[in-house]
Amino acid sequence: MKKLLTGNEAVAQGAYEAGVTYAAAYPGTPSTEILETIAEYKQDIIAEWAPNEKVAMESAIGASIAGARALAAMKMVGVNVAADPLFSFAYAGVNGGMVLVTADDPSLHSSQNEQDNRQYAKFAKIAMIEPSDSQESKDMIKAAMEISEKFNTPILFRMTTRVCHSKSLVEIGERKEDSKKPYVRNLSQYDLVPAVSKRLRAELEKRLCKLSAFADETDLNYFEWNDAKIGIISSGVAYQYAKEVFGDKVSYLKLGFTYPLPAKKIKEFASRVEKLYVIEELEPYLEDQIKQMGITCIGKEKIPNMYELNPDIIAKALLDEENPLIQYDRSLVANRPPVLCAGCPHRGFFYELSKKKNVVMAGDIGCYALGGADPLNAKDLCICMGSAPSIGHGAQKIFNKFDENLRVVATIGDSTFFHTGINSIMNIAYNHSKTITVILDNRITGMTGHQDHPGTGFTLQGMPAKALPIEDVVRALGINYVRTVNPLKLAEIREALDWALALDEPSVIITRWPCVLKKQSPQDKEEFGDYWATCEIDTEECIGCKMCINTGCPALRFNREHEKAAIDPVQCVGCEVCLQVCPVNAIAKVGE
Amino acid sequence: MSDVKNILLVGVGGQGTILVSKILSNGLVNAGYDVKMSEIHGMAQRGGSVSTQVRYGKKVYSPIIGKGQADILVSFETMEALRWLEYLEPNGKVVVNNYQIPSAPILMGKQDYPEGVLELIKAKADTTVIRAAEIAEKLGNAKAMNVVLLGALVKAMKISYIDWEEVIKSSVKASAVGVNLLAFKAGMNVE
Repeated sequence: MKKLLTGNEAVAQGAYEAGVTYAAAYPGTPSTEILETIAEYKQDIIAEWAPNEKVAMESAIGASIAGARALAAMKMVGVNVAADPLFSFAYAGVNGGMVLVTADDPSLHSSQNEQDNRQYAKFAKIAMIEPSDSQESKDMIKAAMEISEKFNTPILFRMTTRVCHSKSLVEIGERKEDSKKPYVRNLSQYDLVPAVSKRLRAELEKRLCKLSAFADETDLNYFEWNDAKIGIISSGVAYQYAKEVFGDKVSYLKLGFTYPLPAKKIKEFASRVEKLYVIEELEPYLEDQIKQMGITCIGKEKIPNMYELNPDIIAKALLDEENPLIQYDRSLVANRPPVLCAGCPHRGFFYELSKKKNVVMAGDIGCYALGGADPLNAKDLCICMGSAPSIGHGAQKIFNKFDENLRVVATIGDSTFFHTGINSIMNIAYNHSKTITVILDNRITGMTGHQDHPGTGFTLQGMPAKALPIEDVVRALGINYVRTVNPLKLAEIREALDWALALDEPSVIITRWPCVLKKQSPQDKEEFGDYWATCEIDTEECIGCKMCINTGCPALRFNREHEKAAIDPVQCVGCEVCLQVCPVNAIAKVGE
Repeated sequence: MSDVKNILLVGVGGQGTILVSKILSNGLVNAGYDVKMSEIHGMAQRGGSVSTQVRYGKKVYSPIIGKGQADILVSFETMEALRWLEYLEPNGKVVVNNYQIPSAPILMGKQDYPEGVLELIKAKADTTVIRAAEIAEKLGNAKAMNVVLLGALVKAMKISYIDWEEVIKSSVKASAVGVNLLAFKAGMNVE
């Protein structure tokens, strides 16, 4: 049976068929759906959201050592978080097969940077596999588990946005049962004290030699012989783009197993073609190694090393071909930037924060990054997941030392707080900066599409869980001044911000209200009640001052002709933020 | 690959472009085509510009196309058609919904919704304009606007030999099958 699956769904199917029994991840685009799909195999696979990628990786390592086939999945920046256990586990090696999926994001569709994680395989000295479509994503997960166990190596499974989120046909297979290996106590493999690691360091090099030989044998790397005037070496989705442009007119060396590289196959291919192109997305990862083999090839001097590749770019770069386009005035089209949803609980907070003077706003990773845009403009910086309180801490220390009258307000989401924000807030308390941290608790991981976390009361597979009270955790970290407010009540926010700014101590404000798109749990209903409603504007009263428009709610619109504001009843959920800013009380809840 | 056809579906987050792409892809798979579908989205959970590409033929390699390559552009929102028009093959066809969703800068009064969009598109390409929202509303559910557009798309694709009704039945909620079948037919019948 064939099914149309995304690469992420195909990885999940592959994990199921390969007999994986443990999988963990922290949600991150474009990797999120891998665990969401694996979670559906409740009978066979334990699937968990970990609070961060390091924990996901370590849990999978534990499962592997215990003898199970295990998988951890994350977006590319998540591998940075998980790099510590990854590099050491490379030394120890696996018991049950272990695959780390890295979902890279060329063109930064939803990321802070654009990193080519193929470098991690080389850096950590572990085997790497790169699928180019959904069928390969499934097949190669199964191959990866076999290779992992055969060579005692964790596998880096490198996908990209276009492989993760494109659908193509996949042949569905059966699950391999009996994949569990016995657990064996083995201090000389799993107890990485210096004496053990020193010996394993040498083993690692021997393993790489064996893997190099295997790279030349495996059919994951194969030739497609056609006309030999042009030869193309490629991997991942770039191979599909190359096939689109050159079809069967040229010869290919398709690489699916990309660390270590198959030196013999590459040399043979290069010797048999007249002109050699290396077509790869992002960095010259293959190209550099091929050139180190003394082989002449054309790669990054023609094909850009940044942003997503596509067939057009290749055709233009290598064939000088361009499609004719319809010409028109593109400046007519108005921008359509993403916005905080109508009724988003973050809006009220950002609206009040943006009015404060002498405040530096350190943001973090989540929907609330959109609070930095017009008209709220409530963000000065944002670096990486969980970093706002610690970056805020460092900045606050310097502002104080040099008597600059600036106060740092760090904003961080609930899921991000559990990710690595806890450590950062601990550091604020321990090292005495008066940084103000605001935990924007919308009761769910919003941006990636509503994943549970240790604060929500549910696990990935829907089991009830202990919902960790953020307020208690923050106090335990050493913060003495903690307040929880309703972010839809602007006066409450104002008062809490004034209170925190007046303190000469660090403080935490928790804004607690569910994401407007969240499916309410029984606990939510009990705590927040039935809050859906609609607001309307009395056009007789409206003076067209745009105060409500300045809250940035997409349900509000300004009619330039009549100089009045209006509310779209379809989008409005009655959060009442606009109602509170209207100077003439022209806005009211429908029916009140 | 000359036999591969490229459909580009564009709209605004929340309009149901993805569901239409799924129904379309499933129908094409049932008919024996190789199909690749790609969702192009960034940070927009809601309200941002979204697009989906569906490619079908005997053998499809790339999941995405570049500018000037779409055989048919279906736009669920009027201005979005203009945003993506350069992706249309100059002899390609446009199916555009006469339905405006102002974006954030327009709501704030900082930019204007462009005037004369439909006329401009008609002047540049073979275009079918459809009032899918009105049609769906008359059928009893404005949300079925997306399936009205699917009907118009299928008509433009000239692949009526696929049993689309079966595909729709298996792709939408049981309670929504009736209205969606009517919506599909209404879309097919638009001149």
